[in-house]
Amino acid sequence: MSSEVAVPLLSVERLTMRFGGLAAIDDLSLDVPPGKITGVIGPNGAGKTTFFNCLTGFYKPTVGSVRLNHPERGVLRLEDLPSHQVAHTAQVVRTFQNIRLFPKMTVLENLIVAQHNVLQKASRFSLAGILGLPSYRRAEAQAVAKAVDWLTRLGLIDKADTAAGDLPYGTQRRIEIARALCVDPLLLCLDEPAAGLNPRESGELNELLLRLVADEGLTILLIEHDMSVVMNVSNHICVLNYGRKIAEGTPKQMQNDPNVIKAYLGEEEADELLYGEKSGESAGVTP
Amino acid sequence: MPPLVFANDAPTAAERLKDASGVALIALLLGIPMIGLTTADQGGSLQVLTRWPLLAAFIAASFCGRLVVRYLLDALKRRRQAQDRQAGATAAKETRRGGRMLESIGWLAFGLALVLPIVFSDNRYVVDTATTVLIYVMLGWGLNVVVGLAGLLDLGHVAFYAVGAYAYALLSTQFGWGFWAALPVAGIIAGVFGLALGWPSLRLRGDYLAIVTLGFGEIIRVVLINWTDFSGGPNGISSIPRPTFFGLPFVPSSDNPTFATYFGLEFSPMHRIIFLYYVILVLSLLTNVLVKRLRRLPIGRAWEAVREDEIACKALGMNVTNAKLSAFALGAMLGGVAGVFFAARQGFISPESFTFNESAIILAIVVLGGMGSQLGVVLASVVLVLLPELGRDFAEYRMLLFGAAMILIMVWRPGGILSHREPTLRLSPEGGRRE
Ligand SMILES: Nc1ncnc2c1ncn2[C@@H]1O[C@H](COP(=O)(O)OP(=O)(O)OP(=O)(O)O)[C@@H](O)[C@H]1O
Ligand SMILES: [Mg+2]
Repeated sequence: MSSEVAVPLLSVERLTMRFGGLAAIDDLSLDVPPGKITGVIGPNGAGKTTFFNCLTGFYKPTVGSVRLNHPERGVLRLEDLPSHQVAHTAQVVRTFQNIRLFPKMTVLENLIVAQHNVLQKASRFSLAGILGLPSYRRAEAQAVAKAVDWLTRLGLIDKADTAAGDLPYGTQRRIEIARALCVDPLLLCLDEPAAGLNPRESGELNELLLRLVADEGLTILLIEHDMSVVMNVSNHICVLNYGRKIAEGTPKQMQNDPNVIKAYLGEEEADELLYGEKSGESAGVTP
Repeated sequence: MPPLVFANDAPTAAERLKDASGVALIALLLGIPMIGLTTADQGGSLQVLTRWPLLAAFIAASFCGRLVVRYLLDALKRRRQAQDRQAGATAAKETRRGGRMLESIGWLAFGLALVLPIVFSDNRYVVDTATTVLIYVMLGWGLNVVVGLAGLLDLGHVAFYAVGAYAYALLSTQFGWGFWAALPVAGIIAGVFGLALGWPSLRLRGDYLAIVTLGFGEIIRVVLINWTDFSGGPNGISSIPRPTFFGLPFVPSSDNPTFATYFGLEFSPMHRIIFLYYVILVLSLLTNVLVKRLRRLPIGRAWEAVREDEIACKALGMNVTNAKLSAFALGAMLGGVAGVFFAARQGFISPESFTFNESAIILAIVVLGGMGSQLGVVLASVVLVLLPELGRDFAEYRMLLFGAAMILIMVWRPGGILSHREPTLRLSPEGGRRE
């Protein structure tokens, strides 16, 4: 069993997303192994967020397929599911680059809304809920217990009754992750979770992500600009530039890959860094 | 701690002098051409005169003025900072205390509403006006689900009010249905209209939904005016039966027992007026209890979550369309029930009672009350119904008064009269969850 090559949890095949003439994702293929952290990096506008939008049903890809190997429900074609089904049926849950909490609701309420489908079913078209039947009360108590569990683990428990919008940025990022975890994800897609965090907070984020994989068996797809996060926690990294995959491999390999360095630093600076004087010669020839 | 922050914030004397000197320098530069030099007409030729003393006074005034203004601004800023800090520390306690206080006000209002017709049992005008207030309270509570909780801008709520009223008018005059039997059926019919309108249009966002609902309100009215065979056209429907007290009619005399004869009372037209008042009071209280309970259930939290961030809802696996549809249908149903009561109370309805003006007033009640606040709707209904009544002496200026009052409320409290939001559940035990 363990010696077999693991079946990927998510296989992306020849994914293309065009906006008019612009190919925001261009022929991207990628396998995401289960129980690992896969990093997705690339310069601004590389198409990372667009990739997430295609995975989670917010955009309908122009071409290509996204298949999820669900342990109970078999192979699901994510590109055909509406966004709420992606979260509910396929258990692929995402966070957003620009945090999207329910700002006027309390932190606890935010996490309870994440368990809407379970609770709505238990409330039987709200009838059991209105009558306050024990079956519904039990379901609600369980939902609260689950929320409390995640809040405790993420160090947010004393904020439970505060309106989410009143909390500082770093805390809001953590709440968004806690809320996503309440949906019981198989695959958690995090869009720049370290953006706006201070070094101490991003250190804590590293720990959290590693713990989620080790303890919960979660699979994580991680978009991140903060190299101290991606390089330290990712098992595997995929680098995008102008919608194309330009490199893929371990964090070490990516740090030394000439294509990646070029994408990040620009052609000339990269040449200087990589080849030293050679670039001086070529620069001398061009004029 | 505050003193420390004060010390950091307050500029030193040297800084203040430097700041004021800067302003004085600007005053000097501007002042030389504008004040220091002036032209005068002397014997036909133009001469340049100097006014150095005046310039000096101007500069001195700028310097001192700046010192004072700066000092006042700093003081104001410090006060505000101190207030903010205190506010932050006590915010949690405040909201809880605020919630308790609102609850007491709610019970007080309930008590007043209960005894009002007893106190004013011989004043028809007061009880009638209070009944009108309660109709708007009920309409406001219905629309509050759609606008206040689910955040869907509905400009055509009057359409469902009309559907309920006409449903009862037709069921009673054509098929002989009684008030109590027609009440739920007409409510359901209005709810179905809500679903029918919501199904195609709830995919639209914000402004577009507002336009569609606005159009729907007008369509219903225009159909009622023109489809004469069905609705009586502009003449409306008259002699709609009044509600009875468990089968006992409120009439001066009849072969069958009437309310007055059955209870051995002398007939008084006030009996019916007071009875109607209590009917709408019960209907609106039922609405209130229903909406309050639903708000604490998954469906109610879903409504508020959709209002806060629809995209986040989808990403969490919520079927947003269903959540919106249920809010829309419930709002429509409650509007329809209010319409049944309206038809039964008036005994006569025509399309004229269901113009866009009504939609606007109901929406104003919800917005002014503080979106989502149940008690706010009551206060706003009282204000918006009583104002035009009190303003009758002002004749044609009374709409002006009405508009001015609305503007004042929005300036005074941009979030509505009551913008307090009570969480649907709390973790901390004190004052914990109540049903
Ligand atoms: N809905 C849209 N319509 C048109 N163009 C879009 C749309 N969404 C994204 N794009 C374009 O696709 C490209 C990729 O954008 P995307 O947001 O995926 O980049 P990103 O890698 O997430 O960048 P960043 O690091 O800044 O978040 C950009 O050029 C963007 O303008
Ligand atoms: Mg992005």
